[in-house]
Amino acid sequence: MAGDKVDPVHQFVVNTIVPIHIGGIDFSFTNASLFMVATLAVAAGFLYFTTSKRSLVPGRMQSVSEISYEFIASMLREGAGSSGMKFFPMVFSLFMFILTANMLGMVPYFFTITSQIVVTFALALFVIGTVLFYGFYKHGLGFLNVFVPSGVPGILLPLVVSIEIISFLSRPISLSVRLFANMLAGHITLKVFAGFVASLGTLGALGIGGAVLPLIMTVALTGLEFLVAFLQAYVFAVLTCMYLNDAVHPGGH
Amino acid sequence: MFVTAAYAQSTTTEGAETHDAAAGEVHTETGVANEGGHGSGVFPPFDTSTFASQLLWLAITFGLFYILMSKVIMPRIAGILENRNDKIAQDLDEASRSKAEADAAIAAYEQELAAAKAKGNAIASTARDAAKTKAAAERAAIEASLNDKISAAEVRIADIKTKALADVGSIAEDTAGAVVELLIGGKVSKAEIAIAVKASASS
Repeated sequence: MAGDKVDPVHQFVVNTIVPIHIGGIDFSFTNASLFMVATLAVAAGFLYFTTSKRSLVPGRMQSVSEISYEFIASMLREGAGSSGMKFFPMVFSLFMFILTANMLGMVPYFFTITSQIVVTFALALFVIGTVLFYGFYKHGLGFLNVFVPSGVPGILLPLVVSIEIISFLSRPISLSVRLFANMLAGHITLKVFAGFVASLGTLGALGIGGAVLPLIMTVALTGLEFLVAFLQAYVFAVLTCMYLNDAVHPGGH
Repeated sequence: MFVTAAYAQSTTTEGAETHDAAAGEVHTETGVANEGGHGSGVFPPFDTSTFASQLLWLAITFGLFYILMSKVIMPRIAGILENRNDKIAQDLDEASRSKAEADAAIAAYEQELAAAKAKGNAIASTARDAAKTKAAAERAAIEASLNDKISAAEVRIADIKTKALADVGSIAEDTAGAVVELLIGGKVSKAEIAIAVKASASS
């Protein structure tokens, strides 16, 4: 794996582990699939085993699970009101899944599933699809009010409505690209700086001296990437709450 | 061996820092990876040949995660939190009830204390009044008896005085008779002496 250090894109290559072909379509179990399963196992396992004692006075780990739960609950209540709480399992699952996937991606040699645009776009479409489905199911055509902000003079209305429609359509793109690009860019940057350390280190004494700078950068970036890993999961959850608010209260601009 | 545009580009940018041996290694490594996987040669996240598999496995894993969350984990955490809130509310209720009980006990105690104090005061004052009246009566009786004794004594003193005064005449007469006898050597009749004494006593 020595070459990995130098090719920053190699870490995003999807490798087949168990080839599965159904109807001519490649549904192989890949390293991406493996880390999706790992994310599922780690996140669900953590939440399951830390809460299995159901202590009245929570231990440290049970507190973490409870804090995550209450964190998302208050986020959703603030974002979409108490009638938005029916989406709590969805937002909580999204947050925990993305957070765990991002954090697992920080482990060396681990695959980062959120650095695959198709994964983040599928999650974003799931959110927007839920918003559209619930919005039209609950409010019928009244859901279209979401495109008509109140208190806009009639002459500006066509312009404002078209802007609203464009911004609505760009939501799945911005939601997915934000997460994807952050994870991708962070991991590439880390790899590039780490690669500098390795390649400078082979250049003798001067190179080793010069490798100190990228090493410091790598350490600093690793810390930053942990922050980004949490922050992007948080941002995804917050935006999901905001979009769900539109589905619950279409006129509430 | 696939040396694709993307890899070539990445290795040339890296090439500034790496020497050729390392670059060669990259080629073999990526080549091996591509042999095992999807060697379509585009930037891996945009490799559409992997999309179907990723979507399927994401749907399976995230779907399972969602079900686990909504059916197992979240009801459990909600139960834990609800339990705790109930317990806290119950404890607070119990605490406030205990406080009310303690307050009631204190009030009862103070009431009893006040009653006992009042009773004690009443007993003390009646006892004091009784003692006072008794003492006054005794004093009055003693004073009365003393007054009696005083007046009796005064009567006796007056008696003794008058008696003594009456005796003074006879003593004077005896003394005068004795003095006269010694002076003149002859006896003087008692009547004369009595007249003389009376005359001197009245003068």
